[in-house]
Amino acid sequence: MNNKQINLLVDAVKLLLIMVITLAVIAAIIFSVSDDPLNALYNFFVGPFLSMRRIGNIVEGACPLTFTAMAVMLIFKAGQFSMISEGSFFIGTGVAMSISLAVPMPTGLHALVALLGAALAGAFIAFIPAILKKTWDVSEVVTSIMLNYVCEFFVIYLVTYHFKETSSSSLASWELAPTSLLPKIVPGTNIHLGVILALLLCVGCWVLTNRSRFGYQLRLTGSNPSFSHYAGIKETGVMVGAQVIAGTIAGMGGGVELLGMYNRFKWTTSPGFGWTGIVVALLAKDNPLLIPLSACFFSYINTGANIMAMNSDVSNDVAQIIQGVIMMLIVSGALLQRWRQKLVVRAAEKEQAEAAAVSASVEA
Amino acid sequence: MSTVLANIFSAEFVYMWIRVVTPILLASLGGCICNQAGVVNLGLEGIMLLSALAGVIGGAYGGGLLAGVACGLGVALLVSLIFAYFHLNMEADATLCGTAINTFAAGATVMALFTLTGEKGTSSSLLSFSFPTINIPLIDRIPILGSIVSGHNFVTYVAFLAVFLTWFLFYRTPLGLRIRSIGENPDAAASVGVNVRRTRYVAILLCGLLTGMGGMYMSMGYLSMFTRGMVAGRGFIALAAAAMGQSTPIGALLSSMLFAFFESISNTLQLLALPSQFIRMLPYVATILGLTIYSIQKKNKAYARAQAAVQEK
Amino acid sequence: MHGEEALRMENITKVYPNGVIANSDINFSVMKGEIHALSGENGAGKSTLMKMLFGIEQPTRGDIYVNGEKKVISSSAEAISLGIGMVHQHFMLVPSLSVVENMVLGQEPRRGVMLDRKTAKAQAKEVSEKYHLGVPLDAPVYDLSVGQKQKVEILKALLHGAKILILDEPTAVLTPQETQELFIELKNLRDDGYTVIFISHKLNEVRELCDRITIIRHGRTMGVYDVRDVSEREISRLMVGRDVVLHMDRTPTMPGDVVLDVEGLSYWNHYGKQRLNGISLRARRNEVLGVAGVEGNGQAELVDIISGNLSRFQGSVRVLGKEVSGMSIRQVRELGVSYIPEDRMTMGMAGDLSITDNLMADKSYRDRFVGKVGLLDKKSIQEYGAEMVERYQVVCKSPDQPISSLSGGNIQKVVLARELSSNPELVIADQPTRGVDVGASEFIRQELRNLRDQGKCVLLVSSDLNELLGLSDRLIVLCDGGIAAYFADTSEVTEEDLGRFMLGIDRQADEEIAGVRA
Repeated sequence: MNNKQINLLVDAVKLLLIMVITLAVIAAIIFSVSDDPLNALYNFFVGPFLSMRRIGNIVEGACPLTFTAMAVMLIFKAGQFSMISEGSFFIGTGVAMSISLAVPMPTGLHALVALLGAALAGAFIAFIPAILKKTWDVSEVVTSIMLNYVCEFFVIYLVTYHFKETSSSSLASWELAPTSLLPKIVPGTNIHLGVILALLLCVGCWVLTNRSRFGYQLRLTGSNPSFSHYAGIKETGVMVGAQVIAGTIAGMGGGVELLGMYNRFKWTTSPGFGWTGIVVALLAKDNPLLIPLSACFFSYINTGANIMAMNSDVSNDVAQIIQGVIMMLIVSGALLQRWRQKLVVRAAEKEQAEAAAVSASVEA
Repeated sequence: MSTVLANIFSAEFVYMWIRVVTPILLASLGGCICNQAGVVNLGLEGIMLLSALAGVIGGAYGGGLLAGVACGLGVALLVSLIFAYFHLNMEADATLCGTAINTFAAGATVMALFTLTGEKGTSSSLLSFSFPTINIPLIDRIPILGSIVSGHNFVTYVAFLAVFLTWFLFYRTPLGLRIRSIGENPDAAASVGVNVRRTRYVAILLCGLLTGMGGMYMSMGYLSMFTRGMVAGRGFIALAAAAMGQSTPIGALLSSMLFAFFESISNTLQLLALPSQFIRMLPYVATILGLTIYSIQKKNKAYARAQAAVQEK
Repeated sequence: MHGEEALRMENITKVYPNGVIANSDINFSVMKGEIHALSGENGAGKSTLMKMLFGIEQPTRGDIYVNGEKKVISSSAEAISLGIGMVHQHFMLVPSLSVVENMVLGQEPRRGVMLDRKTAKAQAKEVSEKYHLGVPLDAPVYDLSVGQKQKVEILKALLHGAKILILDEPTAVLTPQETQELFIELKNLRDDGYTVIFISHKLNEVRELCDRITIIRHGRTMGVYDVRDVSEREISRLMVGRDVVLHMDRTPTMPGDVVLDVEGLSYWNHYGKQRLNGISLRARRNEVLGVAGVEGNGQAELVDIISGNLSRFQGSVRVLGKEVSGMSIRQVRELGVSYIPEDRMTMGMAGDLSITDNLMADKSYRDRFVGKVGLLDKKSIQEYGAEMVERYQVVCKSPDQPISSLSGGNIQKVVLARELSSNPELVIADQPTRGVDVGASEFIRQELRNLRDQGKCVLLVSSDLNELLGLSDRLIVLCDGGIAAYFADTSEVTEEDLGRFMLGIDRQADEEIAGVRA
């Protein structure tokens, strides 16, 4: 086995191990809190596949995660730890809502403009921690998290003070303009045009990171910023650029989610897709093309948890616990490394022995 | 506006300010210890949240304040231990490891609350125990000063005592010397036989204790029940305060006071007819601005020093 | 040698996680009260062997005996408790702590839960006086000179009870005079019964100081000798496996047009410390201009300024007649400046990217690599990678493998390939052969010579005086940020001469120095 094969094998086993541990955690939680754990488990794991509508739920739920995970991946590739995709996403929903409600336009164009507005807003928000870091070396981790709170309050303010449906008892906006909504594409589900957009963006993202000059500079900068600088690349510019693109994607994701899934703005707090996007991106292992799969997996868990909560006594917050557990396990660099080391040692020694044999036979 | 100003210059405002700074200060001191040891503990937020709930549950089911404290601190230590294990033994990135803990905490607290009370919002149906408030004899009779300094929650006094204790730890004990050395040059410390990993474990656990106290203060002092997401970013603000205070106890105290000032001012500003969302943004905006100004100054200082040297020539 | 054995390492094998076999079946034995040299090329496995002795790395196989007893040394703490002390090549000191704090760290005297600061100071004072190693005890370590820091390191080991002292290339950062001082100290320690392991590949130093020598090559023991019984040539042959040409031939050339023109260059760093003090020099086509100096005397800043990595300097720096001030690094590179950085791990490579990706780091702007729709032309890039790997004899399985899996010498060849393939006019080579095995070093030196013969200009900064004297046509010595000496002809210059100027004992007259701008 060469090193590449060894890495692949170890990664596959690691993934399997993570899944097994996760399953064990889920079972442990459910058995300890539920009076009818088998029913809960059945609903959790099998429930999401029991109807077309529920399978649709998985796909719909994966859509916003795909957007935020792409954003997170780009930011991480630049070697930055901005958590801004959460804020960019939510500001995207707010701006898309405002455009939908305040600016009448013809069908199609309206959605387009709303999405562009959302994307721009997301980009602007992501630009703030990025430029603060670039100019004055302010820690992007903390500023981005603080900014997430600011975005959340700002969007809630928009709804409450400008677009609030007064006849509704809970917080909700007026009905969104039908001209701005994204069409559904699969009958019997809520799967909407945004899903296609998400898939296209994943391909675009792959091309960007693997085939474009900017992507090359991004990889170089993420791997070693001092080297990138030395080679004549404006490494801070690349970092800011990556974060702005990430914000654009996350913001657009917010717009897509609102216009694809809802007919009113109903959130009272930020739905947290930005945070979930982190674990989705980590599971996709740096490859934009794997993001949709990874997003579907976490969406499946969310869907299962929701179905379980409806049909049993277990709350759907178990999904968030699982996200935390999986994230913890994925980022554990040392997991299985001892085993990997053993394989590498064996391979290297075998190679040396073979080389020695060859040189011996040559000398003879 | 004048009523607002009058409010800010009142003894009640200062009293409130001290009340508000307590959880941030405690977590921030914890953050200092971790930073000095070379670990950025982004999990402060989650640890606070979990210990806030654990304190309430422990009190309600254990039947007393002490049981609550034991439970709250126990959970804080346990979570810190998990963070330490994954970061130090499993080589997980501290930022992501902390984020995982925060995600876990957000889910686990609501889940536990729901399982025990059937509610997802607050623990109001649980019998709650709070830390006592303490009136300092004699001082409480001094006009103005008494009403500012006396009559605070027990944890508030612990927090201010902790500033001194952290200082003592850093600069007067062998453990502190080791903590400071492993943050700056872990290889050097290791080369003289300091067990870097073990020392970091100790630092993370000490941080957990302080942060856990801060978390419990939220549900057993500041309020007397747990509410969903009640920590609301204070863990992150505390981390910012620790960074701004250059991870020294006094620095953390001053910057925590600064951020807490904006939080208490936002309580006062509720009197104005501004949208409440803008007022609630204030502590977060203040943190961003505070960190930025601090960083600008740091950069300018270095620049000015270089300029001054050129001028001298 | 008849004394008692202080230490024996038996059949030691070490395989690193990336599959590199650093040691294979090494045997190493040291007697009490001797100074024992451990020699080998860079990358031969000396440092790895010592790391295992000091508990930093664990052997994959093999045993270690200390004073005749078999020991498993799983941590530095254990090594220290066995009386082993190590002075690392990169100092293991905490800059913001004081000398005393650094010395007692790990074995702090206590009073209750408190640090006993009085006793700490007394202990530090005692060792420092006993061994005549004077250092300012209360100063923070960042204020000390390199030589002083090394003394602190030795004192620290002694305070921790070391009987066996390992010194990893201790003279690499010292001036010849400081080296002499260190040798006297080490001999004194030997006479007091201490055992010293002296890691070095400087053969003259080994001859001067050591009793016995163990030579390792490619991770294997090549033999143990009494230093008196072997010649330098023999040692060198054992280390390298073939006779190294110590003297380098140079074909005489006529210097051409001026490529680099520096005038009145001064620079202050972030902390306001002056690092360059009015430097003026000229370098021409068809020549190698050497820069000698003890590290930290302005070489790094000079090189960073010329390559565009530092701005905000006073004076003028012109490359091919164009002022460099205010240019971006990219613009400087496009002028025809190439730069082989001293610290290739942080400045010269992106570890997890492939060899090919690393090769084109400075060329992502070039048309050759961009296809029709503005995307990168994968095919052209791969061809280029394969071409470079072959041309520069990079030993690897494929140009697509991550560069971090290569040895130091091959990484440096990749750096060289990248920098020379952009067809430069001025090549700045900063410590081009440091940490590089002898074979690759020779290759690199030959490439630099070729550049000179092809009419390019080379600015060579090196702490290897032999290399510097062998390659340079003209030479300057930097000291305290200024030029202390200029030699228009390097053939008559000795290392001792350079040492005097490097250390600031001597300084040429200004008229002599001004010759460098001729």
